[in-house]
Amino acid sequence: MNLSLLILIPLLTALAILPMKNLKQVRTVALLGSAVQLILSFILFYVYQQERAAGNIENFLFEDNYTWYAPLNINYHVGVDGISIAMILLTAFVVIAGVLVSWKMPARTGGGERLSKEFFFLLIFLSMGAYGFFIALDLFTLFFFLEVAVIPKFLLIGIWGSGKKEYSAMKLALMLMGGSALVFVGLAGIFFHTNSFDLVQIAGMEIPVDVQKLFFPFAFIGFGIFTALFPFHTWVPDGHSSAPTAASMFLAGISMKLGGYGCLRVATYLMPEAAHEYSTIIIVLACIAILYGAFATMMQTDLKYINAYSSVSHCGFVLLGIGMLTKTAIDGAVMQMVSHGLMTALFFAVIGMIYERTHTRQVAQLGGLMKMMPFISTVFVIAGLCSLGLPGFSGFVAEMTVFMGSWEKADAFYRIATIIACASIVVTAVYILRATGKAIMGPIVNNEHLSLGDAGWNEKLAAAILIIGIVVIGVLPFLLKDLINPGTEIMMQKIADIVK
Amino acid sequence: MNYSSYIALIPLLPLAGFVLLGLFGRKYFKASSGIIGTGLLLVSCALSLYTAYSYFFVDGKIGDTYQTITAVKYTWLSFSEEISIDMGIILDPISVMMLVVVTFVSLMVHVFSLGYMKGEERFATYYAFLGLFTFSMLGLVISSNLFQIYIFWELVGVSSYLLIGYYYDKPPAVAASKKAFIVTRFADLGFLVGILVLAFYGGTLDFNTLIQRLTDEQSPQFLAITTASFVGVSALTWGLTLIFMGGAGKSAMFPLHIWLPDAMEGPTPVSALIHAATMVVAGVYLVARLFPLFTITPVALSIVTVVGIISAFLAAIIACTQTDIKRVLAYSTMSQIGYMMFALGVSGYGGENGLGYTASMFHLFTHAFFKSLLFLGAGVVIHFIHSNEMKDMGGLRKYLPVTNLSFFVACLAIAGIPPLSGFFSKEEILLAAYRSNPIVFYVALITSGLTAFYMFRLYFSIFWNRKTEIHNHHGEGPFSMKLPLMILAICSVLAGLIPFGEFVSSDKRPLESHFDPMFSIAPVLVGVIGILIAAWMYRKDSDKPQKISGSLGGIYKAAYQKFYIDEIYLFITKKIIFNLIGRPAAWIDRNIVDGLMNGIAYTTAAVAGFIKGIQSGKVQSYAIYFFGGIVALAIVFLYLWK
Repeated sequence: MNLSLLILIPLLTALAILPMKNLKQVRTVALLGSAVQLILSFILFYVYQQERAAGNIENFLFEDNYTWYAPLNINYHVGVDGISIAMILLTAFVVIAGVLVSWKMPARTGGGERLSKEFFFLLIFLSMGAYGFFIALDLFTLFFFLEVAVIPKFLLIGIWGSGKKEYSAMKLALMLMGGSALVFVGLAGIFFHTNSFDLVQIAGMEIPVDVQKLFFPFAFIGFGIFTALFPFHTWVPDGHSSAPTAASMFLAGISMKLGGYGCLRVATYLMPEAAHEYSTIIIVLACIAILYGAFATMMQTDLKYINAYSSVSHCGFVLLGIGMLTKTAIDGAVMQMVSHGLMTALFFAVIGMIYERTHTRQVAQLGGLMKMMPFISTVFVIAGLCSLGLPGFSGFVAEMTVFMGSWEKADAFYRIATIIACASIVVTAVYILRATGKAIMGPIVNNEHLSLGDAGWNEKLAAAILIIGIVVIGVLPFLLKDLINPGTEIMMQKIADIVK
Repeated sequence: MNYSSYIALIPLLPLAGFVLLGLFGRKYFKASSGIIGTGLLLVSCALSLYTAYSYFFVDGKIGDTYQTITAVKYTWLSFSEEISIDMGIILDPISVMMLVVVTFVSLMVHVFSLGYMKGEERFATYYAFLGLFTFSMLGLVISSNLFQIYIFWELVGVSSYLLIGYYYDKPPAVAASKKAFIVTRFADLGFLVGILVLAFYGGTLDFNTLIQRLTDEQSPQFLAITTASFVGVSALTWGLTLIFMGGAGKSAMFPLHIWLPDAMEGPTPVSALIHAATMVVAGVYLVARLFPLFTITPVALSIVTVVGIISAFLAAIIACTQTDIKRVLAYSTMSQIGYMMFALGVSGYGGENGLGYTASMFHLFTHAFFKSLLFLGAGVVIHFIHSNEMKDMGGLRKYLPVTNLSFFVACLAIAGIPPLSGFFSKEEILLAAYRSNPIVFYVALITSGLTAFYMFRLYFSIFWNRKTEIHNHHGEGPFSMKLPLMILAICSVLAGLIPFGEFVSSDKRPLESHFDPMFSIAPVLVGVIGILIAAWMYRKDSDKPQKISGSLGGIYKAAYQKFYIDEIYLFITKKIIFNLIGRPAAWIDRNIVDGLMNGIAYTTAAVAGFIKGIQSGKVQSYAIYFFGGIVALAIVFLYLWK
């Protein structure tokens, strides 16, 4: 299978949008493109499984390698393992759901159908960045796609956002660009000592420990900013809440995963000694994000802020899993990335649906929505239950895997960290049930809401796609576990010796 | 007989009901959803009875010991070589007994609800949730794996949440559902950490292997878990105590009981099923499941005893003062579960020492019948009078003859009057307590008198006392409501005659139950006194109750206010957690952490010297920032080159 198709199809879709005449044509093209991409991701999943079943034990499959810029050893090198495929599937799910919820375009002052071309173009273009990032095996290529996945966000928020959107767009762009700059320093550091940007090659070399110690923080913090590493998470609440629905979904569902993936694949995998060295700090920061994020969520009154802060808390599990450096914990971190991606996209989608109807996201101004919009409300409840880690949904298996993996470390420090992380599940239940109890259940607060309608077909389809993903992982977790297992095993071979 | 060929159907049929009615119920099965749900459960119940028959009487026993049969086992999620979550079904005496109890009571509730919930707008949703609950509860009792039980534990919790909040537009119901979930979630935190502890040292999550390893004093796992300690307490004790915390939360034991009375906001048949007969005994079941481990940790076991007896006694006192009939029943449930708990606590392992274990399971079994009967009876009363308050009731025996009789039977059973079922099981519990710990025995005996008193206070206040003017004339309700009452009344009478020790015992060998008439004089006498006092006070309308409660003064008031435990919790959550943790966290984040980040941004901007303000620069300033970054990189590179 040619992996470049994964980049090509979004690119062609984005280009095909440009000559379209109206919203109807634009969205049809966008939907078709993202549907093809979803099917392609499934085919990739299938052929990957076939290859593995046939006994292919290569680290990365379907590799392609072309020289891009020889003097600096920059290559266009792509390839996938189970972890990348999990992330690609996640991206395909979120993108198609995002296109579906944007069917009528996000509300915008003087908006309507104007600029619909630009909106969908940027959305699809963003997804191309994500796909490229997840298949890249060349650090420069990887960095290139990381940048592709940042710039359009600035425009999406700045133009179609709400609230103090200029401020948020700027803040998000600055912080993410800052993160990229740090990543770049980290990558450059690696390059200087290995004279290679090739991830597979570098993984086979030993980078001197003091070099690792110097550049690991750059790479890890840089990627960490994307995944809401405390204290660099403050772009998350503002960015998410100002962004239009589809952009929020993309931002929380995929963009934050670019960071987690980078922390794992680049920072930790290539510089395991340093990761081990700094693991205490990573764990402390992750625990702060988890519990403090959860407590901060408890006090939020805006639905989007609630989900944004809860993302900080949930992404903490990813960092915790990586920081623990045990096989199970890293499995858990990857599972949490996929799970959180789907779940948070669903949450933002449903918040968007509520906002479009009621024109408010303040919990206090909502109430009894179950009566008027049973479908939307049920989706909200499902997203909430997934967020608070109910078995049967993906969040549970991911979090439990992280806990199990963290507990494998017998030292009191790790034990306390694990218990702190576990404690967050109680706080999560508090804020989720508070929001649900007030907005979805309870008496109707605003009688004007009585005339509001339930979800349309596009919204139902979007929700159904994401819920299917969440439930399949929740009920059949071994599918995901078996998919990512070879990938994490290979990483662990490199990490395990050092940790011991 | 090969159990694996059909056993999985028992939980899966209710699940099918949930999926079918949950997805399509509102549209396609609006009227027929009750019949669909009930029909599926009927099959499930029949299969359970058949399983029980073949297990107990045909092939469960080898020699004189009942076997633990693992009928189904799939690896669901593996963490490492040894530790994995399996989805399995084990059959042993307690799980088979629970299969029968759960499917049978659930079936009764399904049938009862056909009449009780008729005409509800979300009728299909109701049956979907009942199916979900029944599935989860069945999954819980047949779990073969410690983590599997946790998974279903959470699922029963959420079903309970959904059903308590069934009347979602009523704020008290919403608040109660939230409270129930959060309190049990908090307890489950202990459960989860307990699982982590046991899994770490035991090296497995599988019940059989875990128990085998940790009860074998030669095994490395046993040595590891008993020598590892934290603040002077062994890891085994920690693990079991934490797991018991989960059990105490689910079983509404003091001090985690506060959610149960509020949970009565749910539809009454739901209270009968979840908050009386099945889910709330999950904690007892959990301790029984891990009982071989508890017996080797005296500390954990004595915690079980203490928590059990305090809950039993405290709840009985509160029950005497409540005026909402469902709340009286809720506290009564808490009290009876307290009995089951301390019965396990005072029990030993094997032979005669294991009497408490058998007694506890026996009481769980009989209690399921008479308590669900009481709740369903209360349901008929509430359906008839449209109120939960005792003051709106009285003299209803003429209008509700079937309910009156069955309620009376259930009250006698719970009061421990021979030869009804409650007598036998409570008798055994008291005997076990008597043999092990006199203090526990006397407190339990007093509690038993209180039980008789508050139950008959309830009975007389509803069915005797003054006459109530009845404006509606829809009668006692349809046959579907009366039938479960009659069946459960028969069970409440007869269930005690089962020689329970033959089937269920701590070491799975038959336990001779000796019945000692001399010993039973005291409990029966206490029960009769309780009933007589209640009759004297409440059979006729009089001012005696007021006078007596008045003369008790502060004690009465404290009990009426449930000893202010709710207020204490409210203080901790609202004042401390919200105001001292949540609010500062949110404030710090917005002002200090974010302020710091903004500060860095502004400083960068100023240093770069190109930008007057971040917001005015827009895309240009962003480009400039990026450029600034590159300059910074160049500096780093130069440093590296040197």
